[in-house]
Amino acid sequence: MAYSEKVIDHYQNPRNVGSFGASNEVKERKDVGVGIVGAPECGDVMQLQIKVGDDGVIEDAKFKCFGCGSAIASSSLATEWIKGKSVDEALKIKNTRIVEELSLPPVKIHCSVLAEDSIRTAIEDYKRKNGKLDEADTGHAHAH
Amino acid sequence: MNFPIYMDNASTTRTDPRVVEAMLPYFTEIYGNSASRNHAFGWAAEAGIDRAREQAASLIGAGPKEIVWTSGSTESNNLAIKGAAQMYAKAPMGEKSRGHIITCIIEHKAVLDPCKRLEREGFDVTYLEPGSDGIVTADLIRAAMRDDTILVTIMWANNEIGTINDIRSIGAVCREHGAVFHTDATQWVGKMPTDVERDNVDLMSWSSHKIYGPGGVGALYVRRRRPRVRLQAQIDGGGHERGMRSGTLNVSGIVGFGAACEICENEMESEGERLLALRLKLENGLKGLMDVVEVNGHSERRLPHLTNISFGFVEGESLMMGIKDIACSSGSACTSASLEPSYVLKGLGLGDELAHSSLRLSLGRWSTEEEVDFAINSIHQAVEHLRVLSPLFDLHNEGIDITKIVWQSH
Repeated sequence: MAYSEKVIDHYQNPRNVGSFGASNEVKERKDVGVGIVGAPECGDVMQLQIKVGDDGVIEDAKFKCFGCGSAIASSSLATEWIKGKSVDEALKIKNTRIVEELSLPPVKIHCSVLAEDSIRTAIEDYKRKNGKLDEADTGHAHAH
Repeated sequence: MNFPIYMDNASTTRTDPRVVEAMLPYFTEIYGNSASRNHAFGWAAEAGIDRAREQAASLIGAGPKEIVWTSGSTESNNLAIKGAAQMYAKAPMGEKSRGHIITCIIEHKAVLDPCKRLEREGFDVTYLEPGSDGIVTADLIRAAMRDDTILVTIMWANNEIGTINDIRSIGAVCREHGAVFHTDATQWVGKMPTDVERDNVDLMSWSSHKIYGPGGVGALYVRRRRPRVRLQAQIDGGGHERGMRSGTLNVSGIVGFGAACEICENEMESEGERLLALRLKLENGLKGLMDVVEVNGHSERRLPHLTNISFGFVEGESLMMGIKDIACSSGSACTSASLEPSYVLKGLGLGDELAHSSLRLSLGRWSTEEEVDFAINSIHQAVEHLRVLSPLFDLHNEGIDITKIVWQSH
């Protein structure tokens, strides 16, 4: 399978790799939201962490990814796109935009879906920790 | 060193230049149809076929009349399995309980799919599960035997993990029970000593392109005595190959296949020793540099040139992206169209994540120590790069067992 240049670039130079601490530490931090989606037996696990300021703007984002090149690129791209956005703006990022940006073939669309899911899951985690989670924010149907 | 480096010899091999040399006259000079009995062009072609038949037979300890030419192992397997089942069926087409067949879940699809078709046609098939070492033992076969077992088909060596089954003992069990024994020996013949008499084999498939011969040619060994094995033809036509496989023979291809067999017979021992040393260097080199590197399948009963290694916490396709100068395969879902990880690795019962993290590296006649050194270094760098990215590696380092986590499944 041929990868687009952008996928190869993200693979070779992933942006914003890392985390804001060990898993038990970030669990306690109210300014950090964590989204872990996927499963090892499916061949994809994405972990997205967001650091949110008092104004509700995502100041920083870090990712880790176990998965194919397209999954790595999707999550790397997601961190770039959400940094500087408010959590509500970030929630508007759709997987189709990731597909377009990275020229993902149909067989790799699930990688972009995971990236979108990781953004939403991280934001939900942040909101839950801060008592801002509305009923409407939960229970999203996973149509895939 | 020339890049990319070829480490996918279990997939196919470079044709040996000596083989190409032997083939060339058969395109432009000796171009007759070997079935033309009435002129010199036909006789010359037939002489080439006869010689190849002897070369192929000699490699496996058979007689030349026991070789049936095919287009490759897939066809050989189809002919052997469907042909034997139909010939020895206990009941005619359209009825149930037509006979019992034993095979194994980690066989090649070219064995499993014919078995599945036979199931639809009224045969019973037992799919044995090997141990976690990938080995099918004679005891497993013995336990699965029934009074109506007509055919057993078990591969000699596995194409993904290189494990070797005890064919001689399995053949003996089949002989005891009067079942025909077929083995898909595609990864074995030409690499390891083969003697169909000593090893109790009735039917055996192998392919030219896996042993440095041209593509599109294969053979099926069909035992002619003690006992004589009969097959229902799957391709009907001019009655070539004693009626078992019609179709004008691919003379140049078969001549090349014969030459490839002869070279393998002469060079197998030294080549096997050389490749085993290289494979061990590769495996030990990688294991020495990193933790959680597992060689899949039985540790000793394996082909000399093939290794299947899982690199924990790293996904196989992304690993292959990082070693683009090395041509190899992965058991990862992402490298296949199906999005399913390798059924062979899953069949070992060791979990899907193992399959997603695996690479198959297979060495060959032109592999060098320099290439192995390059591969070790290159794979090491790629795994390190990906482990920095891997959330699973973090969890591992925090002492968390990832198999115990409940993941949000998709």
